[in-house]
This record gives sequence, structure tokens and C-alpha cells, in this order.
Amino acid sequence: MHSSTSHHNPASRRGEDCQTWLDLPETAGESRNQVHLSKAAGAGAPAELAHRFAALELFRSDFPVLGQAVNGNPLIYFDNAATTQKPFAVIHAIERYYSKDNANVHRGIHELSNRASAAYEAARARAAQFLNAGSASEIVFTRSTTEAINLVAQSWGMANIGAGDAILLTEMEHHSNIVPWQLLAKRVGARLVYLPVTGMDGLLDLSRLDDLLVPPVKLFAFTHISNTLGTINPVADLCAKARKRGITTLVDAAQSAGHMPIDVQEIGCDFLACSGHKLCGPTGTGLLYGRQELLEAMPPWQAGGDMISSVDFFESSWNIVPHKFEAGTPHIAGAIGLHAAFDYLDRVNRTLIFEHDRFLGELAYERLSGVSGIKILGPQKGRAGLVSFLFDDVHAHDLVTIMDRFGVALRGGHHCNQPLMRKLGIISTVRASFYFYNTATEVERFIDCLKESLKIFSGA
Amino acid sequence: MFDELQDLYQQVILDHSRSPRNYRVLPSANKTAQGLNPLCGDSITLYLRIEGGRVEEATFQGAGCAISKASASLLTETVKGKTPDEIRALFDHVHEMVTTGKATSSDLGKLAVFAGVHKFPARVKCAILPWHAALAALEGKEEKVSTE
Ligand SMILES: Cc1ncc(COP(=O)(O)O)c(C=O)c1O
Repeated sequence: MHSSTSHHNPASRRGEDCQTWLDLPETAGESRNQVHLSKAAGAGAPAELAHRFAALELFRSDFPVLGQAVNGNPLIYFDNAATTQKPFAVIHAIERYYSKDNANVHRGIHELSNRASAAYEAARARAAQFLNAGSASEIVFTRSTTEAINLVAQSWGMANIGAGDAILLTEMEHHSNIVPWQLLAKRVGARLVYLPVTGMDGLLDLSRLDDLLVPPVKLFAFTHISNTLGTINPVADLCAKARKRGITTLVDAAQSAGHMPIDVQEIGCDFLACSGHKLCGPTGTGLLYGRQELLEAMPPWQAGGDMISSVDFFESSWNIVPHKFEAGTPHIAGAIGLHAAFDYLDRVNRTLIFEHDRFLGELAYERLSGVSGIKILGPQKGRAGLVSFLFDDVHAHDLVTIMDRFGVALRGGHHCNQPLMRKLGIISTVRASFYFYNTATEVERFIDCLKESLKIFSGA
Repeated sequence: MFDELQDLYQQVILDHSRSPRNYRVLPSANKTAQGLNPLCGDSITLYLRIEGGRVEEATFQGAGCAISKASASLLTETVKGKTPDEIRALFDHVHEMVTTGKATSSDLGKLAVFAGVHKFPARVKCAILPWHAALAALEGKEEKVSTE
């Protein structure tokens, strides 16, 4: 195996971006003229799409992380399902806030506190718009998808799920949409029921839905996009079915919110959870959308400052929704960074991101299919922008270690989907997950590097 | 190949991962323990038969990456004939070597091939996993040990 200088161009373009970023506008794609369209950016896509995808490549220079070399090779960041990179727009928004406006929210009277409070609540209003919620009061800021689901389990769940009730999940859920329900079920004496996954093609077995979506099921919680299979679930249909039967729904939008337009009213869900850090926002940020009546009726889950309206020594009354669910000083800078991320993603255009990521997902699937001995998880067509795969005789972690030397950042392991993996009879997979700043050229290089890596184990 | 990779995936390691030695259940084992790496879901079960204060036989089974498999395979070869105290001492040397790259004992023998692991911090756990299982087995612990 040779170090890979033969099949990539040195990071010349990225190198330039690195040196000149200070002069660039925060959304480079909007206003730069001397653009260098990669001829391969949309290889295999219809000409018009290829052209639009190539335009996405311009946004790369908004991401300082992407311009670097890792282990002597230009970084190819394909671990976007774990967390995405952050554009200058987000980094600068946080820096600006801490440099100019930092203060605690909601309880100050002074100027800085007013600014911080206004910015924090503006972020909430922007989040509502991003998800097309009916109002800002339907948005609770959380640390993450995980925290949003735990909130629902502990507050709504404790109030609405009792002994003998059931919670319907699917076999493709992330641990964070399984374990909170296990805890709840144990506590109240409820039961978990699973909608099966068909097999390696990774689809929900919808033929079983009518039988399973019945009393005593009180809640149906499912993922929009599977972080291991790449499956895109028909969330609006699932919610409509549940609603007809009076069953409450929660959509885990961790993998979808940053990759496609999300409209909670069109989806028709009762709750939706997502993570800011998976959509260009800061770590430690997430959202819970909940329908107003549901949030109103729910008891608080964490207690402290800010979530009360009045506190006596022995009794307290609660603040209005959504503040009832945000005890203590929130992640103000995080919300402000997240606001910048929403603005940024809408400038990039989420419909285009969706098309682009799916295109890379299908391209990767097609190229990987040609690698001998490979098994690929999930559907071939209509998949999201991520691909998990494995080999019988080469372990995922060995491949990820070697690919890292080529500068390719992948993930290996069970991806927090252990029950699903066990069902499929596998322990770990390698996962490549894409975002709008990734290119078809990177996918091609990833395939080349993968083939080189496999040679180590074939003894060639 | 990149030099550091070559240090990590040495021929001896590749050979032991492709055809692991002593890879079977040992029904006559009187000490056994399972090592689990929760990060990747890998697990290795180690079987020891100790007689007269020395390891008479050592075998293992399980699923793992090349590094953990080779480490387990070489472990079963290395601990044969050793006393529990000698194995505990060896654990310390192996641990030191995979975390710093320094071989602090001449007893390491073939195990020296794992010195390259220290340049891959994420993989230290893979190399040390079977050794944790060995310690747990010697303690007579039946429960799973974990790298976390
Ligand atoms: C489908 C899915 N749900 C939930 C999560 C949890 O997200 P977080 O760790 O941000 O809470 C993830 C993240 O990996 C995910 O992929």
C-alpha cells in the first residue's frame, strides 16, 4: 500500500480557503464569483442537479475545520451522523454573544440581561419557524435529542402511562429512544412493544402496524431517519394512523432535522425531538417540540429557578409553557449559536441538502456494492445520506483506524443500535455519513482508500 | 503502507488475528472470565485451567477486531506455565507498553509486537481487553469485565 498521494490532489484549494477565510463573507456561497466548480461534484447526477450540487461545494469554505489535513491527507469528514461541523456563522454568533451581550436571562433588568433574554427568546421563535411549529411556546430548549426524549418520558410518560399500558417503538431506534422508555415502563409497570425491521434491507415492517398500533398502546415513538440503516420512515403516515387511534406520537428527528425541511404540522406528530449539534449548531443544544395542549397538561420534570411562577416554603406554582420545562440558567450561548445555524441552513437550502445527501448516499451505496465481500445495511434506493457496511473477516474498528490514516473520518461500532444489530446478527459496522459540504469526489476517494485498506487484511 | 500502521498491524498480529491460536472453549477450565468492550460490543471469553499454581492450559473465544483477537491469541500462548503472580506482573508490563510504547520487561517476548498500539489511543482498549479478562479470571470473578 502506498500513501495516497497518487490519487488525490493536494489540498490546494482548501489550503487557500484556510488562508483567506478572514476576508470571506460568512456565507461564501452567496457572493463569491470566482468559483471553482468541481467537475466531479455531481458525477452521475442529472446535469442540472450536478450543477446545483457543485454550488453547495462553495459552502465548504464556511467551515474552518474542513480545510485541514489529518495524518498528512486532506480531511474527509464522513461522521456527520454523530455530529456535524460548525460554520463561521455559528462560531461568530457565539463569540459575539460572549463578547458583547453575555448576561443571565429572564431575571435581569439591566441592558445586557435584556439583550441576552431577547436573543434567547428570538432563538426559540426561530426554532419554531425552523420546524413550522404553531408558536414559540411549543419549543423547549434541551441539551440534546436524548434530553428531549427523557423529558417526555419523565413528564408526559409518568402522567399518562400506567400499569398495563404499552409503548410502541421500532426495532431501529437509537438507544436514546429505547432506554428512557425502558426506565419508564419499569417504573409504572408498562410494557414495550416493537414494530419489526424487515432485515438487512432495513425497512419497517408496516404490514404489522395495524396489529400493533392498538390498545393498550398509549405512545408510538419512532425515528424519522435511522442512524444505522439510512432508512427514511414515512413519519406523516405513521402519525396519521396513530392519531386516528388516539395514540400519542413522538418523532426522533435527530438525523433528519438538519438534512431536510421539517414541518411538524404536516408530519402531524405530538412531540418531535432533535439535536442542534447535528445541524451545524453547538453541542449541548437540542429541541423538544410539543403540541401546546400536551405541554400545558404536563407536570414539570426538573425543578429550580426560572420554571416557577411563585415559590413558597412548602408549595410552588409553575411558570407557563415552555419555561416550566427549563429549570435553571439555560445554555444561552448555545441557543444563540443554534439560531445562527437555522439561518445558515435555510440560506444553504434544506431541500437541496436533502437531495444532495441522498445523492451521495446512493452513490456510496452503488460504489460500495462493487467491493468484494461487503455487506451493506439498509435500503438501496430512497436512502438518506449515510451508509453502514461490514465485512465478514475485517473488523469495523480496524478499518476505521486505517481509514483515519488516509484522513477519512468514519465511525465504527454499534452506533447505539445494539438491539437491531443483534437481531441482524452483527456486532459492528463501519458508517460513512454525509452532509452538504461533502462531495462526490470525496466519496470516490473514500472508496479508493477503502480498497487500499482492505489489502492489509487480504495479505496483498 | 504508513509507518505507524505498519507498526500497528504487524505480520504477527495479522497472522494471529487470521488464525488465532487456542481458539476454543475449554470445558476443563477452572477459571474463566468475559471481557467486554461496550464501545464496539466486542467480547472475548478467556478460559484458564490452573493446576499446581500454574496455568496448564489457556484458550479463548469471542468476537473482536484484529488487535483484540491477536492479543488474546498471544496471551493464551504467553501465560501457559506461568503463576498468577507472574501473569499479574506481566499485565502491568503489557499495560505500560501499549500506553507508552516502552517495553519495561524482557518477559514480554512476542508481546512486544503490541508496542505500536500506543500511537493509536482509541485502540489501547482493544489490546488490553484480553488482559483484563485474564486478571478477572484469576480473581475468580465470574462477572463480565469491561474496558470502561
Ligand atoms: C436517531 C438518533 N436518535 C437520537 C440520537 C441522540 O442524539 P444526542 O446524542 O444528540 O442526544 C442520535 C445521535 O446519534 C440519533 O442518531
